[in-house]
Amino acid sequence: MNKLSIKQQEYLRQKSHHKRRILIWRIALLIFFIAIWEITTRLKIVDSFIFSSPSRITHCFISMVFDGSIFMHIGITLLETLASFFLVSILSICIAMFLWLIKSCAEVLEPYLVMLNSLPKSALAPVLIVWLGNNMKTIIVAAISVAVFGSIITLYTGFKEVDKDKIKLIYTLGGTKRQVLTKVMLPASIPLIISNMKVNIGLCLVGVIIGDGVKVGVKKKLVASFLKFCNQKSEL
Amino acid sequence: MNTKLKLEHISFSYHSTDGETPALSDISLSVRDGEFIAIVGPSGCGKSTLLSLLSGLLQPEEGRIEIDGTMGYMLQRDHLFEWRTIFDNLILGLEIQNKLTDENKNSIYTMLNTYGLGAFANARPSELSGGMRQRAALIRTLALKPDILLLDEPFSALDYQTRLEVCDDIGTIIKKEKKTAILVTHDLSEAVSLGDRVVILSKRPGRIRNIISIQFEKAFDTPLKRRNAPDFPNYFNTLWKELSSNE
Repeated sequence: MNKLSIKQQEYLRQKSHHKRRILIWRIALLIFFIAIWEITTRLKIVDSFIFSSPSRITHCFISMVFDGSIFMHIGITLLETLASFFLVSILSICIAMFLWLIKSCAEVLEPYLVMLNSLPKSALAPVLIVWLGNNMKTIIVAAISVAVFGSIITLYTGFKEVDKDKIKLIYTLGGTKRQVLTKVMLPASIPLIISNMKVNIGLCLVGVIIGDGVKVGVKKKLVASFLKFCNQKSEL
Repeated sequence: MNTKLKLEHISFSYHSTDGETPALSDISLSVRDGEFIAIVGPSGCGKSTLLSLLSGLLQPEEGRIEIDGTMGYMLQRDHLFEWRTIFDNLILGLEIQNKLTDENKNSIYTMLNTYGLGAFANARPSELSGGMRQRAALIRTLALKPDILLLDEPFSALDYQTRLEVCDDIGTIIKKEKKTAILVTHDLSEAVSLGDRVVILSKRPGRIRNIISIQFEKAFDTPLKRRNAPDFPNYFNTLWKELSSNE
């Protein structure tokens, strides 16, 4: 092996030094943040009832590990997230393909997709719970509603941007529109589909948590107070 | 020799909300079996449109096209799919037309070997040089055994040296396979070195300005050798004058 020149060694040393410093700062920032959180809650500068505190979270986590309930909760959330992620992936690919195949349909539906995508999904969750009942199905539908519309728009836009000449090639070889889809569009869009999936898994988790939070809220308080509020209104 | 292809008074326009753009006007041409036609003209004169019309991707608005045989279309860029191996790229047309027989696969292997790509059957397109990719694209077109080849500036994406080599290769291959070919190009020396006849189109809307027959002696029978022929500059200059003179 060639011996590295002094300058090269110097360069490599600087490079690794730089990397190490970045890592140290990242960890320091995390420790600093957790410490501030803990201290401010202990000193009652911020309300630990609202913001909790690192020690309370750790404590809660450990007790849940010991009684085993954490694993059930993680399992359910994971199952709900994966189920909605799977459904979002299939649904959005199918719908985006359909829109690409039938262009006028895409033109008709475009404004509705944009509208549905910008709808605040957290506001939709209580409606879904009242409609579909207080169960896992509702959580999954809520998670799907968070991710699916954006996903359709992203995929459809990506499909439209596939190289026109590659499509022309299929036609010059005597292919049909369906073959353009299977031979060019889908294989060419695989990187896009994968990056879209990465976004979706995160969104599905967000959707599950929104759904879960609203579910608990609805069960305990919100429905009761909402009904009370409605009653008062109607009495007036 | 019998006529392979006949165009009668072809006209075509492109339509958009901004208006109508006439691309071709009153094109009539007949091509004999085994003939190599080169079409030259200023950019935007409808050269590529003509090939799209011949291949049936577009329908002429006026006029008639008679074709005796099947068409193979070779595009400007190779468009080999990176997610397929070279061999899988070459069988794309066969796959689409459900003609994936052992016999056809073997003929692709034969062509790969004949044209110096035998070792690359299982390689990815990115492993090949520009010239090799273009040869692979030609094999993909030839795999469907077309009677007539349509070549849309197939060398324009290559650097100059590769371009001369691939032009020579592909010209020789087409002659050897005895295909009728129609080449669209803006490179005049390419047109002279390949064509039996050169069709000169006017600027938009493209009309046929002139058709020049090219003949070289036997000694200059490949595209590269033609470039060294004494008559080569004369043909070049004739084309150059035709193209640069304004009506």
